[in-house]
Amino acid sequence: MVNTLDHIALRQVVEIVSVDQSPISSKLTEMGLVSGQFITTLFKAPFGDPIAIELNGSVLSLRLEEAQFIEVKA
Amino acid sequence: MKIALLGNPNTGKSSVFNLLTGLRQQVGNFPGVTVDKRSGFISVGKVQHELIDFPGTYSIYPRSKEESVVYDVLSNPNHSQHPDQIIFVVDASNLQRNLLFFSQVYDLGIPCVLVLNMWDLAQRKGMEISIDALGKLFPSVPIVQSNARIGLGKDRIIEALAGLKNTAVHQQKFIEAYHFCSFEDVAGQKKEAEIRLQKIKEALGQIVQTKTPTTENISRKIDRFLVHPIWGYLIFAFILMTIFQFIFTFANTPMNWIDQLFSYFSSWSSDTMPPGMVNDLISEGIIPGIGGVVVFVPQIAMLFFFISILEESGYLSRVVFIMDRLMRPFGLNGKSVVPLMSSIACAIPGIMATRTISNWKERLITILVAPFMSCSARIPVYTLLISLVIPKSYVLGFFNLQGLVLFGLYSLGIVFALLVSFLLKLFIKQKDRGFLLLELPDYKNPRWGNVFINVLEKVKIFILDAGKIILAISILLWFLASFGPNMNESMHGLSKTSVYQSMTEKEQTKAMDACKLSNSYIGILGKGMEPVIAPLGYDWKIGISLITSFAAREVFVGSLATIYAVQDDGEDQALLIDRMRNEVKADGTPVFTLASGVSLMVFYVFAMQCMATMAVVKRETNSWKWPIIQLVFMGALAYAAAWITYVLLS
Repeated sequence: MVNTLDHIALRQVVEIVSVDQSPISSKLTEMGLVSGQFITTLFKAPFGDPIAIELNGSVLSLRLEEAQFIEVKA
Repeated sequence: MKIALLGNPNTGKSSVFNLLTGLRQQVGNFPGVTVDKRSGFISVGKVQHELIDFPGTYSIYPRSKEESVVYDVLSNPNHSQHPDQIIFVVDASNLQRNLLFFSQVYDLGIPCVLVLNMWDLAQRKGMEISIDALGKLFPSVPIVQSNARIGLGKDRIIEALAGLKNTAVHQQKFIEAYHFCSFEDVAGQKKEAEIRLQKIKEALGQIVQTKTPTTENISRKIDRFLVHPIWGYLIFAFILMTIFQFIFTFANTPMNWIDQLFSYFSSWSSDTMPPGMVNDLISEGIIPGIGGVVVFVPQIAMLFFFISILEESGYLSRVVFIMDRLMRPFGLNGKSVVPLMSSIACAIPGIMATRTISNWKERLITILVAPFMSCSARIPVYTLLISLVIPKSYVLGFFNLQGLVLFGLYSLGIVFALLVSFLLKLFIKQKDRGFLLLELPDYKNPRWGNVFINVLEKVKIFILDAGKIILAISILLWFLASFGPNMNESMHGLSKTSVYQSMTEKEQTKAMDACKLSNSYIGILGKGMEPVIAPLGYDWKIGISLITSFAAREVFVGSLATIYAVQDDGEDQALLIDRMRNEVKADGTPVFTLASGVSLMVFYVFAMQCMATMAVVKRETNSWKWPIIQLVFMGALAYAAAWITYVLLS
């Protein structure tokens, strides 16, 4: 099932399906968020936003409004 | 020759810079933008080259106005900072992301050396990197390993630089037919990043062999506490309080030494030189002026000692992470918290600390509201006025009223800092969209060498850049307070009066000082502005003190003491308070009432009564525009708030 990253529960491993076109899509790609990449949701900041994910052994934080552009599947 | 140091953030790039240049470094701005340009010299063979440290970025395409310096310089061969050679630093433990930017730089065809830093970290993560395989991906680039944190790799980097052929343009580009995308072409930039990442991913299979890590990642465990919804905030609050208390408590002693030292210099030069104008200029204008600059050094050094540790350890990124949601509605950044909190000790190091905020709009707003936080220089003004006009009574039986008023003044400053940020967010326009996308690096022990260099750099910036403005303004203020069109006549007139002649010598000096100040240019200005400040409940004597306290807020107390010709030894203010209590206006009503006293305190909460802060804002924004805007809007707000207070209370 395809969902956007802002809706994924913590401590889940998901695969990126696509990154939607948006003003920040090139920046998301540059950080390694490309289709086929596996990521793990790690933890959330208090109030649930931003979130932190792990990819390739490093930790990246992004706001929910940024995560909504990333489509993932389990 | 110019050598650029490039790389992603969190790759230990500044450690490499410090390793290569040692203490031979300077800080300035890149032309036209307020981005720190650290540069230094390295010797390759017998030749000295300039090494320029560029902001860490993830790509050649900028995320913000600040990062655009990398794009501007690299894409334009005629740019004054365009490098002849490049040292590119990558985090060996995260090659995929790091090589993306490197592959872009590689395609520029500028001779470069690739430094695989944090080699030890990669090994601890169980990675084995084949330098041969990596070299096949980027032919003609020498690759060296380093561990700059423990000082390893300097010789290898220099050796590789010496071996570079200056004209060597790579035969083969990383991606064929490469050309820069335009700034706005997000889709093109995305496509380019995808192509590059694809090729890097394919090649990495040959380059990196990952085994099970030898040690468990301890950062994940630490993060369980440091970004925890409750513990995270508590720990951050505790760290802030510690820093703040430390500065508050321990900066005072060295500041007193500096004060004493400079007043000793001042009286020494006054006694040794022949009396006259030059003597006065040096011992009353210049020496105290320099003292007024140096006195800030302990606070600046202490704050940056702590901030550097927070930054070096990786904790500052977590602060941004947990504060982001709270600060966003106000147009502030998670990183604004440390500068704003330190402004409670002093706005100067606070404003200098905003350099860590990479988004220009968020940084500017933080700078503009920082002086609303009640700094320690306001305390003497508050305590004097509180003991003068606020009765020593208790509210609800146990709340000390004087304490409550002091608490109220601090709160007023904090509330308005947030309120004004919110308004500024609506008014300040900026093209680039604010986003987070922040890396949370693994926790590391801070490198004391980096901390030390950072502290030294901040102190140097303050003394050299802001110091000369502060010195110039203090000499101007000294001139205005020491000269006046009819000063000599008035002083001569005073000396002839019978009251004066019946005084003791000590009283005579004080009476003469009071006469001098009220007949100086500042005195004339103070009298001239009386109609303007009368609606707030102030008279011309307060007016004079308002002007002199532009040097620093606490000068207000000393100026009043001079005008009223009473002793102010700083310890016991009973005489001054007594004298102020008996001060009456022309119509016989007291000057200092509850209404005028509280109005004056409110004025000090809001007004930009500090030349040193203005000098620092000028330095940090690289123009006089912002400090002047700040002076005007803070002044207007102070006037309005003081007027409302006066009207409500009288």
